[in-house]
Amino acid sequence: MIPMGLWGGQAELKLAKSYLPAFACPIMQADMEFGLNGTYEGLSAVIIPTICDTLRCMTQNWRFGVPTIPMIPIVYPQNRKSPASVDYLISEYETVLTVLSTVTGKMMNEAALCETIEIYNTHNAMMREFSRAANDHLDIITPVERHTVMKSAFFYEKSEHTAIVPNIVENLKTLPAYCCPDKRVILSGITCEPDELLEILRENGLCVVGDDLAQEMRQYRTDTPEKGGGGLRRLALQWNNRYGCSLIHELGKPRGKLLAELCRENEADGVICCLMKFCDPEEYDQPYYEADLRAGGYPCLTVEVDHLNAGYEQIRTRIQTFSEML
Amino acid sequence: MRETQADQAKISTPGEQAAASAPKPRRPKPKSMVLLGEQTEALFENARLAKERGEKVGWSASIFPQEIPETLGLNILYPENHSAGIAVRHQADPFLQKCEGALGYSNDLCAYAKVNLVYASVLNEESEMELPDGGRLVKPDFLLLTNNICNQLTKWYENLARELDIPVFFIDTCYNPSDYVTESRVRYVRAQIDQLIRDLCEFTGKSWDDERFKEIMEISRRNSYLWERSYNLMDCKPAPLSGFELFNYMSAMVCNRGKESSTAVLEQLNAEIEEHIREGTSTFPTEEAFRVSWDGIACWPYLSHNLRTLKKYGVNMVASSYGKAWAINYEDLDGMARAYCFASTNGDNATTMIARRLEALKKFGCEGTIYHVNRSCKVMDCQMMEVQRQLSAQAGVPFASFNGDQADYRNYSEAQFETRIQGLVEIMKQNKEAKADD
Ligand code: SF4
Ligand code: SF4
Repeated sequence: MIPMGLWGGQAELKLAKSYLPAFACPIMQADMEFGLNGTYEGLSAVIIPTICDTLRCMTQNWRFGVPTIPMIPIVYPQNRKSPASVDYLISEYETVLTVLSTVTGKMMNEAALCETIEIYNTHNAMMREFSRAANDHLDIITPVERHTVMKSAFFYEKSEHTAIVPNIVENLKTLPAYCCPDKRVILSGITCEPDELLEILRENGLCVVGDDLAQEMRQYRTDTPEKGGGGLRRLALQWNNRYGCSLIHELGKPRGKLLAELCRENEADGVICCLMKFCDPEEYDQPYYEADLRAGGYPCLTVEVDHLNAGYEQIRTRIQTFSEML
Repeated sequence: MRETQADQAKISTPGEQAAASAPKPRRPKPKSMVLLGEQTEALFENARLAKERGEKVGWSASIFPQEIPETLGLNILYPENHSAGIAVRHQADPFLQKCEGALGYSNDLCAYAKVNLVYASVLNEESEMELPDGGRLVKPDFLLLTNNICNQLTKWYENLARELDIPVFFIDTCYNPSDYVTESRVRYVRAQIDQLIRDLCEFTGKSWDDERFKEIMEISRRNSYLWERSYNLMDCKPAPLSGFELFNYMSAMVCNRGKESSTAVLEQLNAEIEEHIREGTSTFPTEEAFRVSWDGIACWPYLSHNLRTLKKYGVNMVASSYGKAWAINYEDLDGMARAYCFASTNGDNATTMIARRLEALKKFGCEGTIYHVNRSCKVMDCQMMEVQRQLSAQAGVPFASFNGDQADYRNYSEAQFETRIQGLVEIMKQNKEAKADD
């Protein structure tokens, strides 16, 4: 099976309006629309993690709205300090496996799982390497290019993507480092899409040198431990090792520190917070990390991300001002 | 002939505010409300005194297993209930402004959280504002958190913990997409309960007493029974109460579920309802032409407007999801894990939700549903359209929705509410006439 990421997209909402109120986030609105209008036809199943309130409800909307694509819910543990969370998560994974087996008629085996984990870990390392290497070639790896490399990972078989990315990195390394005159920023949030938005950064002399986007580097920050038990247990331990994500309970509001560290490592001038419209988990984090960044001397601009809305004029002006300020 | 009585005495608050804010009653306040007012006073006063004695006081999520702190003899206050009180007294505005202004939060967030985050920052002397109740929600030393209502609470409490630099004692209750609680959830939640009891004892210096726990569990069970019973008595036709009045008693369950004072309040309430039934009286101020159920949290800032409008059309709200909200019955800690895991919206996958509502519509003889599209609360709204569609089809009962908010007064239109109710009444009338013709 090839897992694909469903991150919504630019859609005109018609059918989804009968399922979601206007204040559900644009990603879920678009996902629902694509599910209902047949765009997602061909998927064998959809796995929905219930990590926010909207996603909780999405499990039920999907179940009744898109009955042709079976819905597999997964409820991740949030009290990761509790040792019992590991066994609990393993049982959730096992439920997912049971449904997947029913849907596909195929069974998982331990050797294949361990091999896959290795591929994913290698892929993580490749993506981190790409992110670093890209910073020496910001003339080629524009914000849009960077995002394309990141997002394409959701649509390739992992081993295939794992083979492509090192090629990109190697090719970049053969070129002389480019001394970029532009300002350097880190992106934070869920996603920074569509390309029009990223183009505005470039138009205003900003380049992306790192990110804390759920769709991009948050995916690759945490490897699955090599030891610790069978494959499923190690996957559960990986969940417990994740950090700095608005969707995973953690005390101390650590994102400000994490972002400041990202800025330091990548010599960034500031942070753009891409606040997904109606995304409450992000909205709770944003005031804290913005304040922490400011206190650390890093300027921060918050822009609202809403790919259902085509108007970017206001954002353009704000990004321009931010760029000038940097 | 039934007596009808004036309504305005009874729409005061979700409980804690009852004593302070109710407009002048035209009829004497029922004794149950007097007891409730005293209970509320005692809750805040005891917390204040405990603070003065140097004891640790906590804030808690509303569907946390409060039998635990009660067994330990801790003083706990409930921000959701408190924010509702501020909203119902029309005092939320400066909080909302400050939250979205100086504190920099998005206006998309739950208004209970917004009010409380500002309140906390004032207590912490990070913001300046005169607190309308003089700060009687005293500053906490720790937080008790469960996510069985929603995920927003987890984030809200993360922020409180950072703001106030205090620990969170957390039981992750894991949403149930299935119609039952899986055994793996019970094991995980139970392990957390055991750990939480140890950690809380260590932090507060209290010790756990199994015998005391059994007593509290018994009180809690009795209170849950009395609560549900008072709701169930609304199945009488016409109903003995104006349904909104029952909202007033919520604090007996939210804040004092494990206390004998709630038993007294609820026994008195049951007795008063029974008396109405015996005497053939009702507190619903006009003839009960239609019976409806209410879906969602009350629209606290506009409760009086809701009631006035419904009264105008003779619509009595005789059923709401609050009826079973605290039907949390169990006999031991494993049972507690299972019960709290399935409580509130945690057990509200669409099929369970529809089954619960279908049962209520039938039991209470409802002819329609009013569905509050609560701008604050994604968890209660984002699957509601499908639920209402299926429910309406299965029950053959129409529904009307209106936009509102449980605490943010800006998200409501009196005109829209009235129009929607008119529309609903029209359909209910036609249904009634069709039935009569049959
Ligand atoms: S986390 Fe945010 S962006 Fe993702 S589904 Fe939930 S609300 Fe939408
Ligand atoms: S109103 Fe909704 S979002 Fe707010 S605390 Fe209650 S359940 Fe959560």
